Parts: sequence; C-alpha cells; structure tokens
Amino acid sequence: MSTETLRIVWIYPDLLSTYGDRGNALILARRAKQRGFPVEVLEVRSDQRLPTTADIYLIGGGEDGPQALGAQRLLADGGLHRAVAQGSVVFGVCAGYQLLGTSFFAKGTQYQGLELLDLSSDRGPSRAVGELAGDIDARLGLPPLTGFENHGGRTHLGPGVSPLARVTAGVGNDGATEGAWRGKLLGTYSHGPALARNPALADLLLRWATGAQHLPPLDDTWADRLRAERRTAVATARA
Amino acid sequence: MPLRAKVASSVSRTAAALSRAAGRGDGSVIGGWIGLKIDPELLAHLSAGRAIALISGTNGKTTTTRLAAAAVGVLGRVATNSFGANMPTGHTSALAKAGSTPYAVLEVDEHYLAQVIEATDPHVVALLNLSRDQLDRAKEVAMMAQLWRAALARHPDIRVVANADDPMVVWAATPPATHDQRITPPHVTWFSAGQRWHDDSWVCPECGSTIQRSGEQWWCTGCPLRRPEPQWTVDDEGVLDPTGAWYKVKLQLPGKVNVGNAATALAVAAEFGVRPFDAVPRLGDVTSVAGRYAQVVREGRTVRLLLAKNPASWLEAFDMADEAPTLLSINARDPDGLDTSWLFDVDFAPLRGRLVLITGDRAYDLAVRLEVNDVPFQYVRTFDEAVRAVPPGRLEVIANYTAFQDIRAELDRVN
Repeated sequence: MSTETLRIVWIYPDLLSTYGDRGNALILARRAKQRGFPVEVLEVRSDQRLPTTADIYLIGGGEDGPQALGAQRLLADGGLHRAVAQGSVVFGVCAGYQLLGTSFFAKGTQYQGLELLDLSSDRGPSRAVGELAGDIDARLGLPPLTGFENHGGRTHLGPGVSPLARVTAGVGNDGATEGAWRGKLLGTYSHGPALARNPALADLLLRWATGAQHLPPLDDTWADRLRAERRTAVATARA
Repeated sequence: MPLRAKVASSVSRTAAALSRAAGRGDGSVIGGWIGLKIDPELLAHLSAGRAIALISGTNGKTTTTRLAAAAVGVLGRVATNSFGANMPTGHTSALAKAGSTPYAVLEVDEHYLAQVIEATDPHVVALLNLSRDQLDRAKEVAMMAQLWRAALARHPDIRVVANADDPMVVWAATPPATHDQRITPPHVTWFSAGQRWHDDSWVCPECGSTIQRSGEQWWCTGCPLRRPEPQWTVDDEGVLDPTGAWYKVKLQLPGKVNVGNAATALAVAAEFGVRPFDAVPRLGDVTSVAGRYAQVVREGRTVRLLLAKNPASWLEAFDMADEAPTLLSINARDPDGLDTSWLFDVDFAPLRGRLVLITGDRAYDLAVRLEVNDVPFQYVRTFDEAVRAVPPGRLEVIANYTAFQDIRAELDRVN
C-alpha cells in the first residue's frame, strides 16, 4: 500500500454508476476493515482531478453517452495512467471495462479508450442480457465467476492480456471468454456489484493492493448461499 | 362511435367480465386485448368526446392517477384504469367498461406515453419523474426523456403538468427552441413534488455538462437548462396553489411523498377547472390503491403493504413506513426485471434499529446487501413465518412487484 490507509477511488460515480456499482466500493472497504486495514473511499466526480496515489481504482458501468464522456475525461486527466504506472489496482466493470481497452463503440461511433489493456470492443449482433458464469483463469486461484451481464458490446482480446474466465453461461466477451486481466488490472462484463457475488475476487484485489499473501477468511455464509442459488438457477435454465 | 368500435367495445367488456368470473385477475388486460384485435382504432374511438388526462413517470403514477381521478370527480363521472393496467390494452378496457363519461384520468406506462398521446388526444399530460427502473429491459433514462420530448413537440396543444424538481422531466417538457412563429410553445404548469433520487440526473440531457444542485435548486453548468419556478408546491402538510393559497391536505395515504402526489393531482384537476378547495376533501377519501398502503389484520398483527419497484421508490417507501418491524421481500421474475444489482443503489440505513425480516425468491441477494449496509436481519422462508416472527402490533411490508402481488394474494387480493 502507498500509505498506512488503503485508499479506494470510485471513478466518476456521476457518469459511471448505472447498476449498483457502489456495491464494489462498499464490499472492498468492508472486507479490508474486517482484516484490520484502515480504509478510505473517495468518490471522484468527473469534474474533479483524479488522485494518482490511491491503491484501488474502480470504474463502473454506464450508458453510451456517459461512457464516451468518461473516457474522454480520463484521457485528458491522465491520473489513472500515472497510478497504473505506480502499480495501483484497477477494476473495471462493463462500460468501465471496455474503456480500459484501445477502443470501444458508443452511440454508433468508435471512441478511443485508455489503452491500459490490450483489447478492443465493438457492437455485437444482439444485446447480452442475463446470468453470466465462467471458470476463472487457474493462475488466479479463484472459484467460478458468477454475475449478471447487460451489454451490447463484444470485446476482442489482444496478446497483451489474458481472459479472466472461460464462459460456462452467458456471453461475456464473445461467448467463449469473459473479462480480461494483466498485472493488477482486471475487467469484467459481470456488471454492477460484481464483487457481491464474488467475494474471492474482492479478496484478490485486496491482496494485490496490500501485498498480503493471505487474508484471514471471513464469514461468507450469505454470499455462499447466493452463489449456490445462482449456480442452481443457471443449471436449471440450461436443463 | 363506428359500429365496429361498438362491437369491439362490447366484446371487450364481456371478455373482461368472463376473466374476472374465472378468477383470473381483474380482466382489464385481456378485455382490452380482444377489443383492440377487433378494432385497432378502438382506443381512439373510445377516447373521442372525452376530456382526458394522462399520467406517466417511473414512480407514483398509480397513486397520482387515483388521486387525480378523485379530484376530477368533482365535475362528474371519471373513467380510470385503477388497477395499474397502464398499457393501451388497459386503457381500452377502462374506457370500454366506464361507458360514456365526460372525463378520463389514465395512468400510462412511460414507454407507451407517445403512443397513447397519439391515440387519445389528451387535454393534459402529467410528467412525474424519470429514474432507472429494470434496466435489463427498459429504456435508458435519457432515451425515455427524448421520446417524451418528441411526442410532446408533435402536440403543442396539450397542456403539460410537470415536475420542476426532475431535470429529465423539465427537459422533456420543454421542446427545443424554435424560430418558427407558427409553432406555439407548449403550456407547462410546474409542480414541485421533490426528488429524493438524483443519481440519474447528474448529466444534462441537453448538453452533457454537469448538473449542479443546491437545496431545492438545480442548474446545468453548460447551458440554460435549470429548475423552473414551480406554481404548485408542497408546504407543511399542505399544498400551495399558483395563487399562493394554502390548502391543508389530510390523506389516509402515508408519507410526504403522497402529499407531493396530491399536489400533482390538484394541478392536473385544475387544468379541467377544478378548484383545489373542492377537490381536497375527496383526496382524503382514498384509502389504498391497488393494494398499496392497504392494512390487513393477521394473527394480531396489523400488516401494511408498500410497493417499491426501483431505487427511487425504495427511498420513498422508507419515508412512508412507520418505525416498526419491517419485512422486505424481493423477487426477480419477468415483471420485476431479472437483475438485482439495483439493491446496491438503495441505502437501507434508515432501517437500522428496526426488526428487519427478509424473504422472497432473491432474499440472498438482499442478505448480502444488508450485511454490507450494517443492517441486521432475519431470514424467513414465507410471509406467514414473518407474521409469526414479529410481536403483535404493526408489521410494515415493503416488496417489489411480484413479491408484492404474492403477499397480496395471501391476503385475499386486498385492494
């Protein structure tokens, strides 16, 4: 960590917070506090400068207009690039995931992304709406991903990133892979409060940010029940 | 009415009655559906000769429609879709069932407002609010505002009653400036019913700049869009009309939210020439609206039902609920939207200190949410279990759409 306090920045909640994206900041903060880390969550609006020394940056989902505006302002600000160069963790969700790449489509126009991840997004043949599940890259050592997706984009990964997961239900990037990661940057189409259903993924981000090899386990009874219920629901829908 | 329309109207009424007799709901959707199959222009034919008010928005439209129908009732018989069947089938059925009435007050699903304006040629349209609601299938907020705006621009003769506190509504109600002298700007009456939910209107729909807020005022930092001065406002358990006269509004419906809905209803009725002085007593007669706010005694507990469908309406439900044991029930079936992410857009902190019980198909999503929100809760499998788990006295029930209907069915379809 850069200081004694774990600093989490939620980027542009005024633009990129369409589906309960606040949840990811709340969950990270709670899980860090339960491990004894002092936590500070900063909500940085799009008319404010982005601090460059935080430990974790969160970018949420949004409609086309706000997504394009968000990318434009992040490019002009430059703070996120400096933070990444210093080793900060970035977690992007849906529109926030797309804009980490080299380009994306919004309102029928191609926009330049932040070029922090080697991927690009275009429009798919149909909107992907529904449960999303996948087996996460074994190197990350996480249980399967579960979430809900709602996006019209398809994302193509370059050689500079690894898929976050192999899709077992839903569409994700293209029906085969879902999300992407490189170093301490990770993005997913599992939208909104993705970490609510994936506490182990939240802990991965916390380990990356704190440098801790292991974090003491927490009581995840309700999240575990939710994960089991969603797994059953996806299996039932497929049968 | 043309013969075809008469036949269609009659068959529609019969079908609705059959559906009711068969115990399949109130029949307003099936009746309207059959009528429109026989005569696709039936809604237009049934609307002809009536002075009609349409009431639309994300939240509060069923209640405001009920209150506005009560207020307009000062003048005579009013046709209305009081069961929340708010798409053209429901409107058709409501008008067919009502026979000839000089007035109609119709609740309209926000997606259908443009279409229903075309069909019914309304005298007045009330625009309540626009916020995120079932985004896995609904239109995005800005797109909906654009559709409203285009529909109203095509009908400059309609009188508009609109919420000055919602930037999206204000933008929708004020069409783009035109230099064509032949086009008259629409007549808009502004009301202030408050806006608890701001998270869908930080970005100006006109120019994309940031919208600033201070107290009740809001303004765009990049263009002239700003809060208009409202003519109807809520003040101290009462409503101020455009002349500055204050009327005490004594409702049986809970919460400040409903005083705002009453102000809106009075503004709509005023467009028909109804004086607030005459309408206010009628608002106090409304006890429940399609099961909402209904109170039922079950095993010594007084159960009150509150419907909350999206983040904005949850904030309103917390305003309406008493400090009492509270059951929250969440489903994610088709009518609710399949996505539960919005639970994280709601701050459940107002429930801290109350006995909170949770149930419903998606109770586990709610459990995870409440845990992070530091709201202790108890999980129950059924409504009956919840009733037995609380001490005798009041039990507030806040549920989303199908969860609400499930509990209402357990309470014998209370209205």
